[in-house]
Amino acid sequence: MELSVVDLSRLQFAMTALYHFLFVPLTIGLSILLATMETVYVMTGREIWKRMVKFWGTLFGINFVLGVATGLTMEFQFGMNWAYFSQYVGDVFGAPLAIEGLMAFFMEATFVGLFFFGWDKLSRRQHLAATWAVAIATNFSALWILIANGWMQNPIGAEFNPDTMRMEVSSFFDVLFNPVAQAKFVHTVSAGYVTAALFMLGISAWYMLQGRHLQIAKRSMTIASAFGFASALSVVVLGDESGYEANLNQKMKLATIEAMWHTEPAPAAFNVVAWPDMENRENIFAIEVPYVMGLIATRSLDTIIPGIHELVDRSKDRIRQGAIAWDALQKIRENPDTVSEEVRETFRYNANSLGYAYLLLPYTDNPMEATTEQIDEAAWSTVPNVFPMFYAFRIMVACGFFFILLTSVFFYYSSSGKLDVLREKRRWLLHVAVWSIPLPWVACEMGWFVAEYGRQPWIIESMLPTSAGVSSLSVAEVLFTLAGFVLLYSTLLVIEVTLMIKYIRIGPDDDEAAETPPPASVRPVSGTVPVPAE
Amino acid sequence: MILYEMIDYSTLKVIWWVLLGVLLIAFAVTDGFDMGVGALLPFIAETDIERRVVINTIGATWEGNQVWFILGGGAIFAAWPPLYAISFSGFYLAMFVVLAAMILRPVAFKYRSKNPDPSWRSSWDWALFIGSFVPALVFGVAVGNVMLGVPYSLDNDLRMTYEGSFFGLFSPFSLLCGLLSVSMLVMHGAVWLVMRASGEIARRARKYGTIAALFAILLFALGGYLVASGYVDGFRITSEVDPNMQANPLAKQAVIEDGAWMINYATYPWLWLVPGLGFLGLFGTLVLLQTRLELLIFVFSKWAIVGIIATVGISMFPFILPSSVQPEASLTVWDASSTHRTLFNMLVVTMIFLPIILVYTAWVYKVLWGKVDEETIERDNHTAY
Repeated sequence: MELSVVDLSRLQFAMTALYHFLFVPLTIGLSILLATMETVYVMTGREIWKRMVKFWGTLFGINFVLGVATGLTMEFQFGMNWAYFSQYVGDVFGAPLAIEGLMAFFMEATFVGLFFFGWDKLSRRQHLAATWAVAIATNFSALWILIANGWMQNPIGAEFNPDTMRMEVSSFFDVLFNPVAQAKFVHTVSAGYVTAALFMLGISAWYMLQGRHLQIAKRSMTIASAFGFASALSVVVLGDESGYEANLNQKMKLATIEAMWHTEPAPAAFNVVAWPDMENRENIFAIEVPYVMGLIATRSLDTIIPGIHELVDRSKDRIRQGAIAWDALQKIRENPDTVSEEVRETFRYNANSLGYAYLLLPYTDNPMEATTEQIDEAAWSTVPNVFPMFYAFRIMVACGFFFILLTSVFFYYSSSGKLDVLREKRRWLLHVAVWSIPLPWVACEMGWFVAEYGRQPWIIESMLPTSAGVSSLSVAEVLFTLAGFVLLYSTLLVIEVTLMIKYIRIGPDDDEAAETPPPASVRPVSGTVPVPAE
Repeated sequence: MILYEMIDYSTLKVIWWVLLGVLLIAFAVTDGFDMGVGALLPFIAETDIERRVVINTIGATWEGNQVWFILGGGAIFAAWPPLYAISFSGFYLAMFVVLAAMILRPVAFKYRSKNPDPSWRSSWDWALFIGSFVPALVFGVAVGNVMLGVPYSLDNDLRMTYEGSFFGLFSPFSLLCGLLSVSMLVMHGAVWLVMRASGEIARRARKYGTIAALFAILLFALGGYLVASGYVDGFRITSEVDPNMQANPLAKQAVIEDGAWMINYATYPWLWLVPGLGFLGLFGTLVLLQTRLELLIFVFSKWAIVGIIATVGISMFPFILPSSVQPEASLTVWDASSTHRTLFNMLVVTMIFLPIILVYTAWVYKVLWGKVDEETIERDNHTAY
């Protein structure tokens, strides 16, 4: 298979972004958990909570630096690999990235130094403030990045200007309060919270299985299961909100997630299992649950969800309309000062579909002269491969429900003070918790795959195809950097995981003797959840 | 809402040109000494404890400093989209080299101390060196190339084609700029070590700082001579330009011309104060390095960086990215910015958050201030890098 600059650039972006997101969710969630534990420390004055903060803080640090390191690539590779995209949307898309730096990342990176080095130089309250600053800034950072990403999924508050050849902001407010961005933000940070909670839960379970660091493990488990349970619920509920928003503006994404080739009478059925066949454009088989899909996606009994075939037909209309806009645009570009108002009016009227004309450019130089076959091909290029969409989504959702189950079980044992029962009689549950540590990462990466692959071929939904956004680079250049990133990132990942395991094995700096609790006073969290003494 | 019309579009463009300079200078002044320290690390410190002293003078604060770089990227994207698009895709491989080197830095700081094995530590020391030296060099080379003009062209849809190669970036003049950048930042890092370390390390830092300052003076003077003598051609706009125009880099005429980078000095002779400030800072640093006035050396070293970077900016004004193969496609302050509305919105956001950033950064530095030596490292053995 011959790979083009577009393919390689996409591969590189996917690789660097997915890799970056190995570290981000843990940072997002663990920062909040650290701040919570330190709050307990400052409120109760019990040293054990400080040791917990320091221990989980060490793991946080090992993870954090790789998030920072790989984030550097993210900030610059839009310009490096997607130059035309950058010029096309910088007026809108650049702002949230810049604000992220100003408002969030600066605070995060500055206070993280105090978190690690300020223990002896600050009062307890000051240090706590620094920790909260890191946690809040980290979450704000996610907000701005998702505002940027949300705009690519749902480009509102902006218009294309033929004189500058780019999208320009018409309402900053709409960009900021984009409902897609808001839904994505809460869904994504919740996923981060779940990731951190399961990380903490799994490692604590491992200590309990080994009979080590029990005091710290039990407290950590209590916090992680409560926090994890709440987050797992919210990630699923808010994920549903994302699905609802997707139905409003990215119908193709929804149709491919559900492998729904044909429009069905409302409310549509939900495919639990299916074997989508891209060649023949239908499912070879499917197991359906009636009505469920329609209810989830439209929250009504009578709204029809369009299937893939119908959406492709709609694309054909928009491609034809886009070709008219494209033609008018060429005239405006040739004589911007003298072109007739009529041409500008034609452009304005059809500008909404301009992006669809670009879909024809791989097949013809002049969209106005496209044949029916070419339009057909271009329209079908709006359909991402259904098979990976269908299954990536189901893996993510299955993980989500499993997290609710797992955290609720542990929440039950910790809130009823039965964590020792786990250690004595239900060791298999602890094993499950340990082996579940990687699952949130699987779910996160699947989620991003669905979100990003699912909006292909668009880099800006319905406005600019990915293939048009690419830089003028050579295959060799992109191949070289792709290989370089793979090599560098793989090396760093091996080192990171090795260090992580090493520090988990070493465990918290506890001195078990000092940890033996004074009778009847071991009260984790707010004091309402008693944990029996050893 | 037409709030943004409170400030003229052309005024906003100039404000954002200044802010771009402020960000780059803030990056060079703050992360600059981190890079200088990193570049000096393998030479200025021999034993492990010495290296830990050097690393811990910047260990807790370097991360915040690096954000100026990231913020610079974001701000260029938001305020000068074509600049972001053309420079980073044009300098594609150079950017990759910079990123790969800079990726090593956070990891090296954090992971070095996680294992006492000497070969582990020495590897990370070299990673820190690469992560500091390489970006310092490449940034300078990039600035040199910007002054020479970058070989790109724009078609009617503003799609850019780059006609240069990676090795084409290394011309005598751009290498000179790269070396100037390295000497300037090594000097700055050495001055930082004089201030934050003591004993033998501070003594060596004075020595390296003096050498670096001498090199910087020489290279800055030589670079200035090459530009003034016409060895380096400048660019000039030859058509009428409306400063309030919509962004369109193709709407003007421009030429490459001998000595065009000196026009602004001829028009406004007081601008000579800017390179003058660079020299004053460099000479001041050189002289003061032989004294005990540690804080004052740092002040001069900072002003040297401000003067040198600002010299580049004002020599080129209004150009920000000239094209050597299609001069009329050069990016200038007037034709390469975001919209009036975006520039205004971003200015408001910046005016709110920049002061806040400065306040908490100053506070964090104050909390973590103090000399670092072998005793403090041993006392904080557990938390120090």
